[in-house]
Amino acid sequence: MSETFLSLDAIIKRFSPSLSVGDQIAARLGAKVETRSVHAVDDVSLSILRGETLGLVGESGCGKSTLGRIAAGILPATSGTASLGGEAVMINGRKTTTEVQTVFQDPFASLDPRMPIGDIIAEGPITHNLITRSDAKSYVGGWLERVGLDAGFAERYPHQFSGGQRQRVAIARALAMQPQLLICDEPVASLDVSIQAQIINLFLKLRRELQITCLFISHDLSVVRHVSDRVAIMYLGRIVEIGETETVYSSPSHPYTRALLDSVPKLVLEDDALVELRPIVGEIPSPLDPPAGCSFNPRCPMARDRCIKEEPQLRAMGTGQQTACHFSD
Amino acid sequence: MATPATPLGRFWITYKESKVGVVALGVVAVILVVAILAPLIAPQDPYDLSRLSLMDARRAPGHIGTGGYTHLLGTDAQGRDLLSAILYGLRISAQMGLVAGIVGLSIGATLGISAAYIGGRTEALLMRTVDLQLSFPPILLALVLVALLGQGKAQLITALVAAQYAYFARTAYGAATAERRKDYIEAAYGTPLSRRRIVFRHLLPNCMPPLIVVATVQIANSIALEATLSFLGLGLPVTEPSLGMLISNGFKYMMSGRYWISVYPGIALIILIVSINLVGDRIRDQLNPRLRR
Repeated sequence: MSETFLSLDAIIKRFSPSLSVGDQIAARLGAKVETRSVHAVDDVSLSILRGETLGLVGESGCGKSTLGRIAAGILPATSGTASLGGEAVMINGRKTTTEVQTVFQDPFASLDPRMPIGDIIAEGPITHNLITRSDAKSYVGGWLERVGLDAGFAERYPHQFSGGQRQRVAIARALAMQPQLLICDEPVASLDVSIQAQIINLFLKLRRELQITCLFISHDLSVVRHVSDRVAIMYLGRIVEIGETETVYSSPSHPYTRALLDSVPKLVLEDDALVELRPIVGEIPSPLDPPAGCSFNPRCPMARDRCIKEEPQLRAMGTGQQTACHFSD
Repeated sequence: MATPATPLGRFWITYKESKVGVVALGVVAVILVVAILAPLIAPQDPYDLSRLSLMDARRAPGHIGTGGYTHLLGTDAQGRDLLSAILYGLRISAQMGLVAGIVGLSIGATLGISAAYIGGRTEALLMRTVDLQLSFPPILLALVLVALLGQGKAQLITALVAAQYAYFARTAYGAATAERRKDYIEAAYGTPLSRRRIVFRHLLPNCMPPLIVVATVQIANSIALEATLSFLGLGLPVTEPSLGMLISNGFKYMMSGRYWISVYPGIALIILIVSINLVGDRIRDQLNPRLRR
């Protein structure tokens, strides 16, 4: 169980502004045109072991979805490689494997509105010869039932379903490709809370049945704690802490992780006293212009001179996790 | 009430809420049927010069001619039965409009979607060309092309397509740039599906609604453009009079009281163009999310 399955190696992703011809000329002539690129993912190395679920947590805009898309072979990395069982996920900007599949955040956008859901689910497996066209109906019916939908729904269009049902369809589409690794990019973030629980339970059930490896991306700390074996905390394009879920939640060692956990409203009040929420001070800095040194230094309560000058690297803590902070132990 | 499953079924349910839209669609349908069946319905074959008699020239509506039947809408300077000429003229106009519209749609959509999908230099080159062309009045371009290519159906269609494909390209480009950023396209990359499949099975169908609106309006514009060219004498040969040419032929008799030669073909042309435009307006309203309840 301890063999590395997905390996992300020194992934960097920058988004450069695409300049129009006019802007390019203006920039040459010295006009103020935004030419800086966004550092969405900044030198991230990560590995997922076969069979485990890794939770990837961070605020919106921290690059977690971008990292997920690179791992899924949807976006090419600016540099670094994503590989699955030793083989690159993408070669020359084209995805080369069907072993990684993705469930997207918004089930209203991720299903083609002009295609019946049966065709949406069958399209990939038929294209990659996992099934023949004549088997498609029973295959699709089987997957619809496994995700808790009626097999007779295959003829219907996405608009005829609720958000939760659509997300079930999206899960069926991903799993029908018989992947080894499932990437869930905020799969419940756009659903009602009551529906979230259903989808999470469905996900846990299918993960158990299919023995699938999973990268679970979310900003919801309680959801991630519920589903993950290990958890990685991302801040401004970098991993700041990674470790066993329980270790990270019970003894967070990076100040950002601590701040993040402190800012979550808790249902159980200790000693009937009002637990004061401590929101993280300040805004996430612009990824166009990340701060020097540790990227968390403008908001960090323990920031010192060294944090502004020197960028901390991930290093092992006594408690078992790895943390990128000069002053944690 | 159960909503029909197919997109077309749902489309019709909302379309028929507009009375004007339904009537206009009915008129277009009737005109198309009449145009297709013209040889069976028309009392006379207006192209068969041996059947025309100068005895019947410029007769008022209601005149009983040498052929033995009543010229309900009168006759023109060659003694053609105007009703027959209008039916045949509608046939030519509708044919020109539809062929030019469909060819223009195919070429324009291909260019626009390719530009949006490929991006980079190809995109800049294609779309700047289209922008450049959109800054010319289409009639000017069509006039130049007809003058260069000469008369005939194929030449006229080429001119109409060249004058109008840019509108389709613009629309297709706009729709495709919006659609290609959506998650379902990313999902298709993630499966992965072939680029060809992504473009033809996912991108194209989702770009169709605005293109259909533009196609409807552009068909009406093609018909008007063809009528204009024919009116100016640059359209089809005299032996196959389209509506524009009929109007032009009767123009010189307007002042002498023989209004019918120009007016009736004019009315037919207006009804055709207006009803196509009303259908186009209705589809556009229907697809406008801000007007949707």
